[in-house]
Amino acid sequence: MINTKVILETINMIEEEHLDVRTITMGISLLDCAAGTPEETCENIYNKITTYAKDLVSTGEDIEKEYGIPIIHKRISITPISLVGGLKTKEDYILAAKTLDRAAKKVGVNFLGGFSALVQKGMTNKDIAFLTSIPEALACTERVCSSVNVGSTRTGIDMDAVNICGHIVKKLAYLTRDNYSIGCAKFVVFANVPEDNPFMAGAFHGVGEPEVEINVGVSGPGVVRAAIEKAGGCNLSELADIIKKTAFKVTRMGQLVACEASRRLGVPFGIVDLSLAPTPAIGDSVAQILEAMGLERVGTHGTTAALAMLNDAVKKGGAMASSHVGGLSGAFIPVSEDQGMIDAVNLGALSIEKLEAMTCVCSVGLDMIAIPGDTPEETISAIIADEAAIGMINNKTTAARLIPAYGKNVGDMVEFGGLLGYAPIMPVNKYSSEVFVKRGGRIPAPIHSLKN
Amino acid sequence: MKAVVTVTAKDAKGIIAKVTSKMFEYDANVLDISQSLVGDYFAMIMLIEMDEKEKKFLALSDALKELGDKENLKIQAMHEDIFNSMHRI
Repeated sequence: MINTKVILETINMIEEEHLDVRTITMGISLLDCAAGTPEETCENIYNKITTYAKDLVSTGEDIEKEYGIPIIHKRISITPISLVGGLKTKEDYILAAKTLDRAAKKVGVNFLGGFSALVQKGMTNKDIAFLTSIPEALACTERVCSSVNVGSTRTGIDMDAVNICGHIVKKLAYLTRDNYSIGCAKFVVFANVPEDNPFMAGAFHGVGEPEVEINVGVSGPGVVRAAIEKAGGCNLSELADIIKKTAFKVTRMGQLVACEASRRLGVPFGIVDLSLAPTPAIGDSVAQILEAMGLERVGTHGTTAALAMLNDAVKKGGAMASSHVGGLSGAFIPVSEDQGMIDAVNLGALSIEKLEAMTCVCSVGLDMIAIPGDTPEETISAIIADEAAIGMINNKTTAARLIPAYGKNVGDMVEFGGLLGYAPIMPVNKYSSEVFVKRGGRIPAPIHSLKN
Repeated sequence: MKAVVTVTAKDAKGIIAKVTSKMFEYDANVLDISQSLVGDYFAMIMLIEMDEKEKKFLALSDALKELGDKENLKIQAMHEDIFNSMHRI
């Protein structure tokens, strides 16, 4: 029989330390949905999604019950919509967004990602029409998530696209002003975007992906924190080992769920994304892991080093536990979704500049950060450009999900509710970046892109 | 399929009887039981086996949860693979 210690440890992880599978995301290709008219195309999209994903939620719930593991989200990612034929104008894309929202509601998923464009080297006319549709499309839908890739190590950064994204963020904040500008929480700007990421808002089903697949995102910041707390005063080599072992266990569970979901749905297994994704629940915090490592507050000196070690140890432990690792795979550091981060901002321990430094060593970027509503769009473009540059030069994914909360200022708080949490407004640098970003054009790819 | 069922509660008469009679009702075969008392706290771990084809496990799991709520027992029923995969290489 399985030994008692192992059984109790697992149950404790789930009951007390918030161990869960964060998401089962079904990636669906829409490349064959193009038809003569936008209406027919949307009809095909709706039918395809609701056919492939009809059992996604119920299967997820069955697995959850049978294995006793909470599976928080069941979601869908689709081919970046700007690549789907049959849609050309802004109105076409808004119609597509409404169709996707309807499909998401029909199958019961809480988010659907892939209202996206890949414009790291330049924009087609279709891309431009698509980008202009984003603010209204997200404002009039509930469950559709959007992302834009504006740079990569191979191509450099498309500053024209960055400028458009700065504008999108501001407009989206205005259009959803009655709701703390929540629309911005559904829009993320990437550099080096992974094509199989199961996490929102950046999930989409890349062009190199199969017809349909299952990707799973694991989580478990609470489990890692508890393991570190139990370890007491050991040195960092020993601590790294403890994190690796914990990440291994968490990922094995994700792998098991992924294989089981794939088998039951008859859909190939794609990847497991080894990420530490926090929630606003007490104890389910990445910031608190860093604090358990010995920092008085996240954001103080040493935070970047601690996060670098944590991120690396999670990957090392997880890599052996899964047959295919992909997606973002690393620690997430959103502000509004992590109680420890929120506390640190409120105490003045954590600034946007420190968060930027932290994004150099972890998986994503400036995530769910509320900034003053009167921040100029050029400043937002500049923040996006900074993040994209970090990604481009360091060969890693970076992203920006900023919320310039309309009518709000430093000292105010915005409440998104649910897993999106709440966030204090953080100050941004008040000096202008306008002339620099408005130059437009492209920031050339770095020398180390010349690998061949 | 095999599953692990854990029961914790304040000690009282008839806990094992109540839990095992549910198992009998749903055609589950009890393979192993380990039970101990820590102070006046009751803890039991059981390994059960069920016919996978009949898909009765989810129903048993619901029934045990209902029993737990009614009798103030903390009961968890989980597929054994979760332990095998998490704790064995």
